Amino acid sequence: MNLWVLIGIAVMVGGFMLRLNPLLVVLAAAVSSGLAGGLDLLAVIAAFGKAFNDTRYVSVVWIVLPVIGLMERHGLQERARTLIAGLKGATLPRLLTGYLFLRQATSALGLTSIAGHAQTVRPLLAPMAEAAAQPKNEQEAEQVKAMSAATDNVGLFFGEDIFIAIGSILLMKGFLEQNGIVLSPFELSVWAIPTAFAAFAIHAFRLWRMGRRLR
Amino acid sequence: MIGLTQVYLLAGLVFAAVAVLSARDASNSKRWGNAAFWALLALSMLAGDRLGDLGNGVLVLGLVAIAGLGGLGRGQPADDSAQRQERAARHGNKLFLLALVIPLTALAGTYLFKYAPQIVDPKQVTLVSLALGALLAFVAGLTWLRESPVVPVEEGRRLMDAVGWAAILPQMLASLGAVFALAGVGQVVGGLMTEVIPSGSLVAAVIAYGLGMALFTMVMGNAFAAFPVMTAAIGLPLLIHQYDGDPAVIAAVGMLAGFCGTLMTPMAANFNIVPAALLELKDRNAVVKMQVPTALPLLVFNVALIWWAAF
Repeated sequence: MNLWVLIGIAVMVGGFMLRLNPLLVVLAAAVSSGLAGGLDLLAVIAAFGKAFNDTRYVSVVWIVLPVIGLMERHGLQERARTLIAGLKGATLPRLLTGYLFLRQATSALGLTSIAGHAQTVRPLLAPMAEAAAQPKNEQEAEQVKAMSAATDNVGLFFGEDIFIAIGSILLMKGFLEQNGIVLSPFELSVWAIPTAFAAFAIHAFRLWRMGRRLR
Repeated sequence: MIGLTQVYLLAGLVFAAVAVLSARDASNSKRWGNAAFWALLALSMLAGDRLGDLGNGVLVLGLVAIAGLGGLGRGQPADDSAQRQERAARHGNKLFLLALVIPLTALAGTYLFKYAPQIVDPKQVTLVSLALGALLAFVAGLTWLRESPVVPVEEGRRLMDAVGWAAILPQMLASLGAVFALAGVGQVVGGLMTEVIPSGSLVAAVIAYGLGMALFTMVMGNAFAAFPVMTAAIGLPLLIHQYDGDPAVIAAVGMLAGFCGTLMTPMAANFNIVPAALLELKDRNAVVKMQVPTALPLLVFNVALIWWAAF
């Protein structure tokens, strides 16, 4: 066993702790693990380039930014704030718990891409949450915004696996099949339901506590 | 057939336009750095398949050099909050209709395009729907708000400036995962995990599997990378074969234990670092810190669920 290939992990951890630019750290980690694994420098760079080209779909999401920017220029964030400020009883916990539920429920139906950080959190959810919480200072405002993003993640992660045709379910099915265990996607996805309830309960409780703390 | 090629073409054009507007942004002292960065990304989207592996690698070196040496700057945003308030009051709640165009198109496309496999590549339905939604919202917004097409691109540039280098971090990490796989990092970690577990203890094996899944996900930034490694190292040989556990529970809940790890790592950049940049938070790790208190109890729940339901 060649333990030296783990050097890339050490580079990642060290680089992040030293707060170096993450792009530099990632490249350094790839080069060090690649060299330790017996590749030469040009081969590592070529392998990284190939993978970068194969994963371009990851960066496609940015094409929504011009439209988001246009709507923001015309006051979308302000409108979202006004709407929430005008609703009686729209507290931070109620708003974010409602969003958590919707995000989990739609993800469970396979509709993972109808919301997200660029599409809904920045233009809509974060300003609404701020209006509902009425933070007293900059630090509280940051926490409310960060919690909005966190709520979107929790809702997505612990909803999507209930849907039978999502990537992770197909990955599990494929992997188990290669190892001689044949399962239907439904048998796997049904086991995402208990954790979905637990995630909702835990996160909703934290939202409730945050609402009390900021009041 | 409409698929990734067309989506990449659109993305390339958007990044190219952002690059041009960056070069003209007099308020940004590092405007040439920004212009070069987005131009390289545009080149990758438009011509990545023709550059060859090494060519793409050199392109990445260029991107990293610009960002890593502090070549990216940020223009002074024209703060016209009074104007935004005034416009918000004038447009009213109709603005939300425009905001719903992208999600509703994604929703409709995901369902409808499956019935048109000869028009849209069935494997790329989600991305094609997202691109289509962005285009529809772009046209609808320009028509309704009577703006020139330069305006949204300029606004897009403003937001891309705010995101900065974090925009390509998720793609960089995905590529790192590929190099790690090539170097055999997964097998080594899996091998180490097996040596750590005391033999004959079911509870220890279950805990090692759940925690290992979360920890390895934190290192790789992705539960999909951790799952095959941990399941091959512990899940299959110990939990399923030796202790006769239910493979459906072990696999499904094990993956969810990995998702708990995703909530706790800056390596899962698109979920944890990108939103901090998008929301212009001061602390890059603010979202991760907010998620840890949800992720830890949930991880305990998942480990307990495997132990209770699979055996």
